[in-house]
Amino acid sequence: MRRARPGRVLLAAVCFLIGVWLVLPTLVAVPVSFTPVRSFAVPTESPSLRWYVNFFTDQRWLDALRNSLVIAASTSVIATAVGTVAALALDRARVRGKGLAAALLLTPSIVPIILLGLGVYYVFLRWDLVGTFTGLILAHSVTAIPLVVQPVSASLARHDRGLEQAAASLGAPPVTVLRQVTLPLIAPGVLSGAVFAFIWSFDEVVLSIFLTSPDLQTLPVLMFNAVTQVLDPTIAAASTMILFLTTTLILVGFRMGAKEMTTRGA
Amino acid sequence: MTATLQAERRPGSPAPRVRGDSSAPWLLLLLPALVLLALCFVYPLARLLVASLQDPVPGVGNYTDLLRSQVFRNVLGRTFLTSAIVCLTCFVLGYPYAYLMTVVSRRTRSLLLAVVLIPFWTSLMVRTFSWLVLLQDNGVINDTLAALGVGRLELVRNTTGVTIGMAQVMLPFAVLPMYAVMQKIDRRLLRAAESCGAKPVSAFARIYFPLSLPGVAAGMSITFVVSLGFFITPQLLGSPSNAMLSQLMYTEITQLGKWGYGAAMGFILLATALIILGLVRVASRARPALAGGAK
Repeated sequence: MRRARPGRVLLAAVCFLIGVWLVLPTLVAVPVSFTPVRSFAVPTESPSLRWYVNFFTDQRWLDALRNSLVIAASTSVIATAVGTVAALALDRARVRGKGLAAALLLTPSIVPIILLGLGVYYVFLRWDLVGTFTGLILAHSVTAIPLVVQPVSASLARHDRGLEQAAASLGAPPVTVLRQVTLPLIAPGVLSGAVFAFIWSFDEVVLSIFLTSPDLQTLPVLMFNAVTQVLDPTIAAASTMILFLTTTLILVGFRMGAKEMTTRGA
Repeated sequence: MTATLQAERRPGSPAPRVRGDSSAPWLLLLLPALVLLALCFVYPLARLLVASLQDPVPGVGNYTDLLRSQVFRNVLGRTFLTSAIVCLTCFVLGYPYAYLMTVVSRRTRSLLLAVVLIPFWTSLMVRTFSWLVLLQDNGVINDTLAALGVGRLELVRNTTGVTIGMAQVMLPFAVLPMYAVMQKIDRRLLRAAESCGAKPVSAFARIYFPLSLPGVAAGMSITFVVSLGFFITPQLLGSPSNAMLSQLMYTEITQLGKWGYGAAMGFILLATALIILGLVRVASRARPALAGGAK
């Protein structure tokens, strides 16, 4: 083994700073959320909960939170169901054109989201879906499919096919094999997909800016509008709670064995 | 072809029975995803493409107008420049980071990986808001600079702020492909060069760096292409006077209702992205040294 060179120490120091730059800035929302005054500054006075009180007493913020939770939960259910069966189909079917279908399923993460936002807005205006839960859930689900297909496919590729063959050779019908053998085996992949899809929808801004209306706002869109218009530290309180919620979700996902939670098509 | 192979093998072994003795039911499972994609992805984009060729008048007028428009050319140039700066920043920060990941212990590597993936997992709105708070004229950073006697800088509502915010979002996209390639480089090559008398620096520059180029090409191309389409970060950390392409599209459509014109911009953006990714892929095929970077 080579001894640590001074260069290595410098490298470690530089990377430590990069790590700090990646993590710390985001956390500034936490102290700001406890400011007693109407300002975006880190408070030097005694902390106050007034912006949290404001969040939970202001109907606009409460509605936005509820809408976001409903949309993210529905997106997660739809994308997970649709994405999991699609990944299964891609894994099992032996036909021509499968590669094309697989590529198509992943394209929503390649097209610039602003372009897709415009397209969906253009079509949904004609279908009367702008400003509706259906419209937002559909748009979020289609972009969340790749986030489910990837971890589920990875799970499928990794697990032991012999177990299914054993079950089938002992006389289990295909549906039973699927339910009692395959699904438990790929559960970690499915779970990560579900968590990915939920967080994706809960955080999504660009598609949502096009598809929300003054009567139906999501939390990120309300924050986007608020930040450009008024000096309202409630945004910091909302940010802190979002950070807490998504971090908890990811940690719970990890604890429950979601191993594929490494990358996310952004 | 695979279907025929399957058919030929079927009488002998039991394996294909489970794998796909009949493909049709499995294909049915693909249907929900394909319907959703067709309705909410393919059709909207196709309609938008048609709009770019028909609205307000049929023909390629929108595209020729755009290429002649000074405003569009300025914004396109600025979008390319900003993306290039972000890309370069990600290379300068990401290369040493990815390199460090290959030389540390397993536990440290997991930690480094978790840290670089944090931007994937934190809300874009929350992060952008936090940068706004930090970079504002009387924010923490400027207060510190003032206390140190450096003086206050304009860090936000300009390209500086946009670059800082975007580079933080894009760093994982740069680090992961570079790490994937570096991890496979045989470090004994470096030791061999040094034992033949090469200085560590020149061994690195002449052996390690060329071998890591596929990762650099993959990381940089994806960073550049994704950067081209940024909307939220420049909208909140930049100023209207230095708008990027997606902001111009948004304004043309939501405020001026020029659907065809805005859509044409979007397709120029998409075409640029695909061309760049295609060129990098072709270059990777042409030069064996870049071969690993196709992913």
